[in-house]
Amino acid sequence: MTHDPLLRITDLAIDYPAGRRRWTPAVRGVSLHVEPGELVALVGESGSGKTTLVQGALGLLPPVARRRSGSIAYSGVEVTGWNDKRMARVRGNYVGFIPQDPNTSLNPTKRIGHQVIEAVRFNAPRPGTAADYRAAALESLRTAGLQDAERVFQQFPHELSGGMKQRALIAIALAGHPKIIVADEPTSALDVTVQKVILDHLAGLRERLGIGILLVTHDLGVALERADRILVMRAGEIVEHGPVRQILDQPTDDYTRRLLAASPAQHHGRLRDNTSATGLVALEARALSKSYKHVHALKTADLVVRKGTTHAIVGESGAGKSTLAGILAGFTTADSGTVHVGATELTALNRRELRTIRRDLQFVFQNPYTSLDPRFTVRRLVEEPLRAFGVPIEGRAAELLKAVALDESYLNRLPGQLSGGQRQRVAIARALALNPGILVLDEAVSALDVSVQAQILQLLVDLQAESGLSYVFVTHDLGVVRLIADDVTVMKDGAVVETGPVEEVFHAPQHDYTRRLLDAIPGRDLRSTR
Amino acid sequence: MLRYVALKTGRAAFVVWAAFTLTFVLLFVLPANPVDLLFDPTELNTVPPEVREQVADNYGFNKPVLLQYADRLGHALTGDFGSSVQSGRPVASAILDVLPETLLLSAGALVLAVLAAVGIALVATSTRRAWVRNVVEALPSGAVSVPVFLSGILILQVFSFKLGWFPAFGDDGPRSIVLPLITLAIPVAGPIAQLLVRSFATEFHSGYVTTSWAKGATRGGIILRDVLRNASLPALTIAGITFGNLIAGSVITETVFARKGIGRLTQNAINTLDVPLVQGIVVFVAVSFALINLFVDLIYPLLDPRMRAVVEAQK
Repeated sequence: MTHDPLLRITDLAIDYPAGRRRWTPAVRGVSLHVEPGELVALVGESGSGKTTLVQGALGLLPPVARRRSGSIAYSGVEVTGWNDKRMARVRGNYVGFIPQDPNTSLNPTKRIGHQVIEAVRFNAPRPGTAADYRAAALESLRTAGLQDAERVFQQFPHELSGGMKQRALIAIALAGHPKIIVADEPTSALDVTVQKVILDHLAGLRERLGIGILLVTHDLGVALERADRILVMRAGEIVEHGPVRQILDQPTDDYTRRLLAASPAQHHGRLRDNTSATGLVALEARALSKSYKHVHALKTADLVVRKGTTHAIVGESGAGKSTLAGILAGFTTADSGTVHVGATELTALNRRELRTIRRDLQFVFQNPYTSLDPRFTVRRLVEEPLRAFGVPIEGRAAELLKAVALDESYLNRLPGQLSGGQRQRVAIARALALNPGILVLDEAVSALDVSVQAQILQLLVDLQAESGLSYVFVTHDLGVVRLIADDVTVMKDGAVVETGPVEEVFHAPQHDYTRRLLDAIPGRDLRSTR
Repeated sequence: MLRYVALKTGRAAFVVWAAFTLTFVLLFVLPANPVDLLFDPTELNTVPPEVREQVADNYGFNKPVLLQYADRLGHALTGDFGSSVQSGRPVASAILDVLPETLLLSAGALVLAVLAAVGIALVATSTRRAWVRNVVEALPSGAVSVPVFLSGILILQVFSFKLGWFPAFGDDGPRSIVLPLITLAIPVAGPIAQLLVRSFATEFHSGYVTTSWAKGATRGGIILRDVLRNASLPALTIAGITFGNLIAGSVITETVFARKGIGRLTQNAINTLDVPLVQGIVVFVAVSFALINLFVDLIYPLLDPRMRAVVEAQK
């Protein structure tokens, strides 16, 4: 007897309209299958078509999308082209879905319990009583790892943390007792330590319930660590597939090799040895504190940035990293404490003096999609600080673009015509315009794909080697820290828990929290076994 | 919680006070001689000076402005806005007399407008046919762009003069209110519908709707269970603000259909320069406006648990 996989997608192709009667392919002839008890990871960067593929599998494609060819079958039952009404019986019942962002994926005006009960009710084999539904929903919440199910049942989404919301969504996905779960970037909106717990739990469910999991992720580290098989997707096609070991040891596709190389977990040390480090202090913060209403965002934090080096500030959301970065850059005023830039006390300056010191102290924002004025050309964006300070602008824009490895042809483009990586290069060029000594980079590579991220990091270390810049590098990603930083400060709940040279902190972490953070880096073990 | 209520109530009281003060300045202080406003402009030259003097005395125009203000404010607080120049009746009772008619008309129009707006949004969201959605989505802008007097006359022409289904004017019996109700509801429904159509579309593509699809919910179920409530919340605020449209619309509607009401009263008061009556009406409208928006502010936290959390946090 032939045995059918839980999910089999055959030669699926999906197009999006690109104008009058023209179509852009988003997925081109993808085939995949998921067996019971198997965790298959689908890895790809933004725009690779992985989300479209998932939507196609669940029958949730936007109305404008068009399926050109291919078929989707669940346990041998062909569901291709089924309408919403018929698909509703498959969704929840046969296939569960865990969405990307737990913060927007729960109805904000309904209690969690109610939302889980709906999932139970829609998929109940026969009508039950309200008490049955309630018991099943509570059971589902417990299976999802929420010990305090009774309390969560009564709560609204905004009363839960990101991790708990994601567990509630797992409970919703499990409520219909599906055979397979499709998880679309289920942890990318979560902190690393929470990500680890959620992924551990999913892996456990697979073993306990024998369900299949299709895990979609941009993080090769996560895939390598968790999956049985990996599919690498690029530009709508599967470019490589195979068991984890095979992908790791003998990648056949060029793109896979590049992804592997770009993954921070694959690197042992800094991208380039630091030759510009000096013993001088570029920036020094002493006992900085800041509260917002009743929240102590920052509790007497100290920080010393040596001239010509990179000092990374790491921590999870709410650790106070961004508050600290804002104070260092003079955007936010501290309640108490001091910041010295060279010999000048930043915290004692008035507005005009602060403006002068901005020439030496520049900031790069997290999201290059929002930090560039969409109506300014690249030239105008880069020249803006020069104009503001009345500095001669002749030829500077082209020079600056060259410094960030973009050629002059970009000068007259608008941000909308650039990719994410190119935008962040422009943002860095703008920050460099006034020849500052210090750059404060707030999660400057977090919004970028790994391969782009690797390029930007390389650019940053090269710039540092050339002009002796000092960086304050704020990030939630410890993997990145090793590639770029000389010193690292670990923060938690507004306080500094550990600080020191990267090698020391990574190899002999003193604080328990640092150890937990390091353990949670995906793909960490694989490197050592390679 | 208490602080939130106090804050909102204080804001409402401020609006009313500001309306009173502003009308006082406009009607009693700015005119070179406020006594002139109290007489019919055509007969102004025939009024003997002694009479003017006596009237000015009666109204307290000879006293210092601040004293006048304090005096009028004190009386206004007890509901006394003086007497109408034209009819000689107390302003308060003149307003209260016609209030029920207008209340019925505007409340009815608001209900009708909200129903129409929700209907339009529901159809636009739930239809799978693009052309139906396009047609339905064009309705609100159409409703906003047609002036009330024009739609009123059109409706009169068709349903009253041509078809003879409803009486053309007057205010006797329930049949007479149907046409004014529709006329007034159209411009009010427009902005509410525009907002609802947009927020329905936004909510329909939000993350939690995807979650519901994945649960196995059907299209109709999702719209009713998830989208409706979340999308309607912003419309509540707009419905409160739309009250201004209702008053402006009722002036015209009541004139076109020759109905009794605040709108007609306002129009008459302005035509005859009945200053105390105008001030009474302005303050009355301000009070109603403030009350309605206070009501919206107070029930919003009950409907949106996130707002409730915010309100409870600011103790």
